[in-house]
Amino acid sequence: MLDALQYQFMQNALLAGLLAAVACGIVGVYVVVKKIVFISGGIAHASFGGIGLGYLLGINPVLGAMVFTIASSLGIGLVTRRTRLPEDTAIGILWAMGMALGIIFIGLSPGYAPDLFSYLFGNILTVPFFDLMLMLLLDVVIIVLVVFLYKEFLYLSFDEEFSTVSGVPTESLYLLLLCLVALTVVVLIRVVGIILVIALLTIPAALARQFTYSLKKMMLLAISAGAVFTFSGLWISYVLNLASGATIILVSGTALFFSFGVNKLRRRTRGDNRTVTTA
Amino acid sequence: MTTKEMVRLENVWVYNDGIPVLEGINLSIESNDFLGIIGPNGGGKTTLLKVILGLIKPDRGKVTVLGMPPERGRKHIGYISQFNLFDHDFPISVFEVVLMGRYNKSGLFRRYHEEDRKAAINALKTVDMLGYQDRQVGKLSGGEQQRLFIARALVTNPRLLLLDEPTASIDPNMQAEFYELLDRLKENMAIVLVSHDISAVSIYVSEIACLNHQLFYHGSKEVSAEELEKAYNCPIQLIAHGTVPHRVLREH
Repeated sequence: MLDALQYQFMQNALLAGLLAAVACGIVGVYVVVKKIVFISGGIAHASFGGIGLGYLLGINPVLGAMVFTIASSLGIGLVTRRTRLPEDTAIGILWAMGMALGIIFIGLSPGYAPDLFSYLFGNILTVPFFDLMLMLLLDVVIIVLVVFLYKEFLYLSFDEEFSTVSGVPTESLYLLLLCLVALTVVVLIRVVGIILVIALLTIPAALARQFTYSLKKMMLLAISAGAVFTFSGLWISYVLNLASGATIILVSGTALFFSFGVNKLRRRTRGDNRTVTTA
Repeated sequence: MTTKEMVRLENVWVYNDGIPVLEGINLSIESNDFLGIIGPNGGGKTTLLKVILGLIKPDRGKVTVLGMPPERGRKHIGYISQFNLFDHDFPISVFEVVLMGRYNKSGLFRRYHEEDRKAAINALKTVDMLGYQDRQVGKLSGGEQQRLFIARALVTNPRLLLLDEPTASIDPNMQAEFYELLDRLKENMAIVLVSHDISAVSIYVSEIACLNHQLFYHGSKEVSAEELEKAYNCPIQLIAHGTVPHRVLREH
């Protein structure tokens, strides 16, 4: 592994893993505590429509996915808030419609879509330089927004009704949160692929949640966990010659199950001693 | 002391799926009122509070809070919802929850200052919860959670306090303590308390109203013979225990 680090593609892969861990660590915490896992899954799958659009227009599919996922998050957010369509029904429809559009777009595109599989299941070893820079930019956007709107997102997640009464612009913030999910999906596409995104959005945050009652610490812990998962998944996939995206997810899931056991033992011996910090 | 009108509802109608929940509600709440609204479950009590807060737009009629539309006036309202609906494992501390109440003073992008922290500490002191700041919310008892949410409402320096079924999840022996707290608070703000627990409400409030889609306002708790007669227009048999509530009211 160490001699592999001298290769440019390996350095890029590690950087991509780190950037993915930052995005999914921060946004994943909101996805888990606000219980918007299903809507995030819908947004992730709908992004396939954007990949197809990218192929059709001859632009970078990741850029296509970015525009498409932002549009679909705003759409799904407004539909679930403003209409009487039940939320899970709306999500199910968006989920399949996005993927169907992607298939049609790709069918209409001239020629053959060679790296389609890597968008679906990720390939951390082939992330192009431009996409790395895009991931870096999106990470910066996510960090800046969450730093400046930390208390607003906390209030939105904890008690939306009271927040609205106190003057928090909850509907706009909810739509913005879905856009952050969309951006995170874009960051993660190259690493684990559309279909597996939801695992990286939830597993590191779910793992972190067992060990702290502070949202900030939960984010830091989730980022660290995400980085460990992507690096170790990458290493295992390299050594055993397995698909990198799927290996990362299996490593994460296995680690989560072990953490449940560890946490159970820890609580049995020492009680619930999760830390809480005061703002 | 001169009173000021805090809330005014004129002929307010709210429909849910074509079925009226509130029918032609007229209500005026003055700054020194301590109003108890009783009524059966599903009678529209929570809906009425949400209309005052601007969370539900009436299909017909007019609502003003301090002469303003509810969306602008509600920052002067401290709201305590029917609680226990929150995620008890949510990663948030008692102090962070109380600070939420200061949002109407700070706003978007603004950070909290020493003043906000002091106000939060004071509110915790008022409800006798000092020393719990760093506790995670799920680790509080029902009564402690109740007091925490009162502190959060108080820290906004409200001119009107709205409470939705506040005693639903606290022990009976805690209830007296809770009403005594409200008794102290009513010196400084108008209070509206919604409950289906008629006996408890009637001891402490100064005015009482029955809500079962329509609102029957009795003014003072002393219900005269004519008022009682009028009150019978409201389908009393639907308000919990037949004619009992009005007998209870008369005793005070």
